[in-house]
Amino acid sequence: MAAMDETTRQVEAVTTDRYKYGFVTDIEQDMAPKGLNEDIVRFISAKKDEPEWLLEWRLRAFRLWQQMPEPGWAKVAFPPIDYQDSYYYAAPKQGDKPKSLDEVDPELLATYEKLGIPLREQEMLAGVAVDAVFDSVSVATTFKKKLEEVGVIFCPISEAVRSHPELVRKYLGSVVPYSDNKHATLNSAVFTDGSFVYVPPGVRCPMELSTYFRINAENTGQFERTLIIADKGSYVSYLEGCTAPMRDENQLHAAVVELVALDDAEIKYSTVQNWYPGDAEGVGGIYNFVTKRAACRGRNSKVSWTQVETGSAITWKYPSCILQGDNSVGEFYSVAITNNRQQADTGTKMIHIGKNTKSRIISKGISAGRSDNTYRGLVRILPGAEGARNYTQCDSLLIGDKCGAHTVPYIESRNSTAQVEHEATTSRVSEDQLFYCRQRGIGEEEALALIVNGFCREVLQVLPMEFAVEAQKLVGISLEGSVG
Amino acid sequence: MGVTAIRAEAAEAVAMPLVDRAEVAPGGLPGGGLAWADALRTNGLARFRALGVPSRKVESWKYTDVRKLAARDYAPAPAHVDGLSAVLRDEVEAAAAAEHSLVFVNGGLRRDLSKTGGLPNGATLESTGELLAAGDALLAEQLGRVGDADDQAFLSLNAALMRDGFVLRLAPDTVVEAPIRVAFLTDHADGPVATHPRNLVVVGDNAQATLVEIHRGLNGVEYFSNAVTEISVGAGARLHHYKLQDEGDAALHLANSPVRLGRDTTYDSFILSFGALMARNDIRAELAAPGIDCRLSGAYVARGRQHMDTTTAIDHAVPDCRSREVYAGVLDDQARGVFQGKIVVRRDAQRTDGHQLNRALLLSKGAEIDSKPELEIYADDVKCSHGATAGEIDADALFYLRARGIDADVARALLIEAFLMESLQEVQVEAVREEFAARLKARLALLRGDR
Repeated sequence: MAAMDETTRQVEAVTTDRYKYGFVTDIEQDMAPKGLNEDIVRFISAKKDEPEWLLEWRLRAFRLWQQMPEPGWAKVAFPPIDYQDSYYYAAPKQGDKPKSLDEVDPELLATYEKLGIPLREQEMLAGVAVDAVFDSVSVATTFKKKLEEVGVIFCPISEAVRSHPELVRKYLGSVVPYSDNKHATLNSAVFTDGSFVYVPPGVRCPMELSTYFRINAENTGQFERTLIIADKGSYVSYLEGCTAPMRDENQLHAAVVELVALDDAEIKYSTVQNWYPGDAEGVGGIYNFVTKRAACRGRNSKVSWTQVETGSAITWKYPSCILQGDNSVGEFYSVAITNNRQQADTGTKMIHIGKNTKSRIISKGISAGRSDNTYRGLVRILPGAEGARNYTQCDSLLIGDKCGAHTVPYIESRNSTAQVEHEATTSRVSEDQLFYCRQRGIGEEEALALIVNGFCREVLQVLPMEFAVEAQKLVGISLEGSVG
Repeated sequence: MGVTAIRAEAAEAVAMPLVDRAEVAPGGLPGGGLAWADALRTNGLARFRALGVPSRKVESWKYTDVRKLAARDYAPAPAHVDGLSAVLRDEVEAAAAAEHSLVFVNGGLRRDLSKTGGLPNGATLESTGELLAAGDALLAEQLGRVGDADDQAFLSLNAALMRDGFVLRLAPDTVVEAPIRVAFLTDHADGPVATHPRNLVVVGDNAQATLVEIHRGLNGVEYFSNAVTEISVGAGARLHHYKLQDEGDAALHLANSPVRLGRDTTYDSFILSFGALMARNDIRAELAAPGIDCRLSGAYVARGRQHMDTTTAIDHAVPDCRSREVYAGVLDDQARGVFQGKIVVRRDAQRTDGHQLNRALLLSKGAEIDSKPELEIYADDVKCSHGATAGEIDADALFYLRARGIDADVARALLIEAFLMESLQEVQVEAVREEFAARLKARLALLRGDR
């Protein structure tokens, strides 16, 4: 106990105010006026040069949104959001789109370099294409040619609306309807950009697709919309990662991600979320209210969500799988770390509809400081899901005695041939483990990072290589200054 | 969504003959004229009116829609003076064979069928109705001392309409060796009837007892049993509390048990459920002193369109307590099982050890299980876990038995029995464990007869 107290004290002394990515880049912004009304929705749509049907869809969403209540069931607390006090459109001024990276604003490139995404080197790096979103508009897309050769479409969704309207129209809102929930409905009304991916039948995407998101302009909410379609027999791995600059005002981030996997297709979606979490007293930080859902429509389709959530003041996020196709598979691997005053309410939903559908949920929650970390999940087996199988494991680790770790699983089975198993445990870092490390000359913080990384191993090891290294570092960084 | 909004909606959703009945009733109820009892009833009624019959929008009633059965026009059950349907006579005989027993029929005590003379000094087993009528001073201090949460409207309704029930009091250091048996029987009635048994168990420091509750009624009779059993166990005391719920097949059985435990107590509860069309056992245990060992377990068998809900909340408010829950259920036909188990470990409740297991066996295509095991933890030096499983009979186990020449039906029956018997091991008192095991076997035989 004594050693633990001492450690806690020592590390509390080093607060997390040294947020590594806290800087603001000064770039002139092309902005819509503050506030939200139908004119803003029309403004965004006009800026994007969108077809009539999309504007209508946005407007339907907006009208519905005005009547929708805020979801109140999550274990998070925050003052009411003043939606009129935000800008809903901001784009870096660039004139014509750059044809190569050389034409990209050097200051922007410098920003990415600080974030550790050297765009110039990306082309040389093994198989990573980056569609970088700076605020709301994609500014650079690389590796396009290589993808084009195999027929993979990877572009900003605003571009896809124009270049592949039939695909966008067919799938947009087909997994997350515009009426889904308050945050997703807002996104449907005002989304500015995001990524679009289409992998044609039988194609294995030759590289990991990656998008880095960034919030920059003050008071700019971010409303990305991502749509990924894996056609029959195809495979794609998509990486999403983000950091945000330090600021005192809370920022709303309401993204929507829709995945569609057809027969025999597989999508692997990995996220490292490191938005600004606010300072040690809980001032500032991002509200990360994200709706992510995958439809495993085809037979033998598979979707795997992996997330490492270390940032944001509030995380409200439930990447889910609708297992419609027979033999389809859904996976959810999650590490959520909260520190200081962070609040995370995250988990997944696995809806088993098709026969022999399988799902696997591995969730690791780590709470430190005065944070609250909740796993909230649903496993639902519908009557037609003969032979369905689910395995869920939720482990929580508490660091310090002022934080909270909560587990709220809902398990509903309506088919007797289905096997559902759920396990949850809560524990803390043991003195023995710490002592063992320290005895061998490993510093306390390092030892903790090591132990926590071990606790998360099952999740971290399913991350693509490119992310695994970053994620492991992130685990250590997130625990600095509060772990004991 | 605001709580107020939920309440308003829930209250409007159902016509409430239950409330209308309550409006006219209070004057003639036992204890009428006693200021504290009148206040308890008036507050209970006001609170029930405000909360209304819970709809599925109330989180803890998400899987149990009680509105249809609560909307029946239940009349107060008429007093039952003599005679008893043959089916219920077994229970009367069992009560007569026990050393200490009370028998209630249609909500009222039947002295002629009860037996309380043999209790040791320091132990009393009385009727709530009689104590109320006599203006028992102690009762004023002991009854209605429990808080009711917003989702416990029926607890408030019970306060408004209670007529009778049992009061078990054990003075400090009193040890009652033989199980104390209390039976609540519901016999024929014209039209739907309701009873609101109000029970109180106060166990003094270092006292010990075993309490067995039997709830049984006639099939085909529409009735509503809305029981509340307030339990408080003093320091170092030990209470074994076992319950058989074998209500009639048209009954609505709702039971609320608020439990308060003192330092170093052992409280061990087991509920065996077979009966009722819809049944819910709601146990909320407050562990407010260190050294407590709290065990809540149960087994259920449901078939036809039966609905069985087990809702528990264990609040670890202080350090060094242990809790353990083991529930197992078998669901056949279109039966539905619900398990909601919450473990809260408050800040500073260090060295808490909490374990929960909930298993369900689904025997038919139409059966359904909904589980919500929940952990809410604010202390770091704790060991808490929960497990939940749902599925059919293990094919490998079945094969193993069949490979040894046991035919499929017998093999299935063996495996179902074994599945439930495992949780029955949680019953600490051997005599009760044996009785419950025998009842369980008889019930399973019935299940097999259906097939």
